[in-house]
Amino acid sequence: MGLLDQKFENSNIVITSMDNLLNWARLSSLWGMQFGLACCAIEMMATGASHYDLDRFGTFFRGTPRQSDVMIVAGTVTLKMASRIKVLYDQMSEPRYVISMGSCSNCGGPYWEHGYHVLKGVDRIIPVDVYVPGCPPRPEALMEGLLKLQEKIRTESLAKKKSA
Amino acid sequence: MTAQEILESLKARFGDAVLDAKVDGLPDPWVKIAPAKLREVCLYLRDDPGMLFDVLMCLSGMDYRGGKLGVVYHCDSTVKHHRIVLKTEVIDADPHVSSVESVWKTANWHEREAFDMYGVVFDGHPDLRRILMPDDWQGFPLRKDYQVPEFYNGMKVPY
Amino acid sequence: MEATMTRLTTVPGLGRELKSEEMVISMGPQHPSTHGVLRLELVVDGEVVVDVIPHIGYLHRCFEKHCEHMTNYQQVIPYADRMDYVAAMSNEFGFVIACEKLLKIKVPERVEYIRVIMAEFSRIVSHLIAIGTYGMDIGAFTPFLYCMRDRERVLDIFEQTCGARLLYNYMWIGGLSHDVTAGFTGKVKDFCRYFRPQIKELNDLLSYNKIFIKRTANVGVLPADVALNYAVSGPVLRGSGVQWDLRKNDPYSVYGSLDFEIPVGKGLKGTVGDCWDRYMVRVHEMEQSVNIIEQAVDRLPAGDVASAIPKRIRPDAGDIYVRTETPKGELGYYVVADGTATPFRVKVKSPCFVNLSALPAMCRGAMIADIVAVLGSIDIVLGEVDR
Repeated sequence: MGLLDQKFENSNIVITSMDNLLNWARLSSLWGMQFGLACCAIEMMATGASHYDLDRFGTFFRGTPRQSDVMIVAGTVTLKMASRIKVLYDQMSEPRYVISMGSCSNCGGPYWEHGYHVLKGVDRIIPVDVYVPGCPPRPEALMEGLLKLQEKIRTESLAKKKSA
Repeated sequence: MTAQEILESLKARFGDAVLDAKVDGLPDPWVKIAPAKLREVCLYLRDDPGMLFDVLMCLSGMDYRGGKLGVVYHCDSTVKHHRIVLKTEVIDADPHVSSVESVWKTANWHEREAFDMYGVVFDGHPDLRRILMPDDWQGFPLRKDYQVPEFYNGMKVPY
Repeated sequence: MEATMTRLTTVPGLGRELKSEEMVISMGPQHPSTHGVLRLELVVDGEVVVDVIPHIGYLHRCFEKHCEHMTNYQQVIPYADRMDYVAAMSNEFGFVIACEKLLKIKVPERVEYIRVIMAEFSRIVSHLIAIGTYGMDIGAFTPFLYCMRDRERVLDIFEQTCGARLLYNYMWIGGLSHDVTAGFTGKVKDFCRYFRPQIKELNDLLSYNKIFIKRTANVGVLPADVALNYAVSGPVLRGSGVQWDLRKNDPYSVYGSLDFEIPVGKGLKGTVGDCWDRYMVRVHEMEQSVNIIEQAVDRLPAGDVASAIPKRIRPDAGDIYVRTETPKGELGYYVVADGTATPFRVKVKSPCFVNLSALPAMCRGAMIADIVAVLGSIDIVLGEVDR
């Protein structure tokens, strides 16, 4: 946003499109939902904590879906949990985004064959914006996922509906 | 006490309830008990001053194939430092075992799990319902002949 | 929320009787302090908790079914990792010991020592997470950041050794996947030197903090006899003052030859068996783990660590129950072999499952806010509760 700073300095007037402004605001403070399911949640915690510091990207975790913009589905989704995830997703306010973190929530992961109680991919119940592969993904991979989501938000437009 | 001595005293006290045993040459010596007598045997094992099995380490449901289910109890004494394994066998048409919840509180959840996974019914359990699977789940998943359902609540289960 | 029962209470001086109602409040499965997907139904009378009904199974990943469907015993190890994902090395340890006992093989001394070092490192990692998140549950955010910082140092050592940060697949039946890298010993000693003062810092920051003590001392007391009847283990049992640690009481691997102490709860700030005692046992255990690691690294013999056994092992028919002391408590594997290359049955006695079953006994009569303190102090990992 170097260009924007300069414009503030010179005349205090910025001319941009509404789309740009909204997207810029949204992508710069993606609040995540503090909601870990399994192993990946530990890596998500590590990403949020001192060593990797997710706050740099404007992401920090909220305890309630009402205040969150992005749901990071971190871990194995079981059939017993699936309906609750759907409810939590419905409780988030629009615009809302979903990052599927780790192989389990992407496609069932190591439990794809004999996991009688594992949902093989969270995209069977809620739409997913970014998939982060890995078992579990490294913190760097999760950050890359967030940056990818920011890229996606940058191209959104009020006129067009969000491509889910 | 050695496993042989434990077996002798169980035989002397419960006679017919001891169905089978193997106590030598194994890492874990075991005694097979009639399913209806388990609570009495366990109460004796816990309270007898020579036994004092104060901890139930593990309770496992089993499916031995061919319609035979079982429950395996691993008992340990932190006072006397001896161990014994109790086994019991039932048929899946009549899977009734007497509950040891009143002997060791820890058996409460273990028995619920064995019921959930194998369908073994524990007589005398205060709250026998599913613990890991959802309440409306059909079938007992860890049985060897279990077939995974195609759908659960509208969600596809197989990959 | 639903009303279940109306009761009349007398208030002195009011002149009439006051109605009070019991309510059921659902806590979880999405709740910041349930440490995963646990649901508690709290029966409360005002602020006082009358009863707690835990509902588990939201992370039931069918571990035992997977064991029966693998093509060999070796393939079970990655799944064992994923049970207690905070201390994955400890889970592998128990399973490989069980298989080695079934096969009646002995592993080289070097392997045993490396395994012990790794298991103790994972104890430190697990306790750091337990302590950090516990502070966060109580309302202290900063210790969490300190703990996670130190945890990353241990993860660096793990990563250097086996390439993974969290789930390692490092201990194999009869050996290890790789030997440790050059410079391992130096790095481990550096860590031990670095970590000792950090424990003191943690004590200054959290353990002896007045607010922290107020929130945890005399809360969630678990008497020793109740603890044994529930068969709880690990820091929860030792917090109740029972000196019981499988590394000493039923030694496995090379623990018998190592010199360390078993910290127990003494009720320094309140009653024996309260939350503070359970917490403090973890802090002292980290100190002991550092001692163990230092001794083991000094004695580390040279030699080969590669597994000398074939890929597809077929243990003779038989069953065995092996228990090890993981950071959470007594982890037992009941492995039944039928002479084929696949286990007939693997039952896991998970310490968290058993410790959680004692939660209602600790919570009755406490306040709602204390539930969070009690739950954090028993340190559950839902992956292991539900398997």
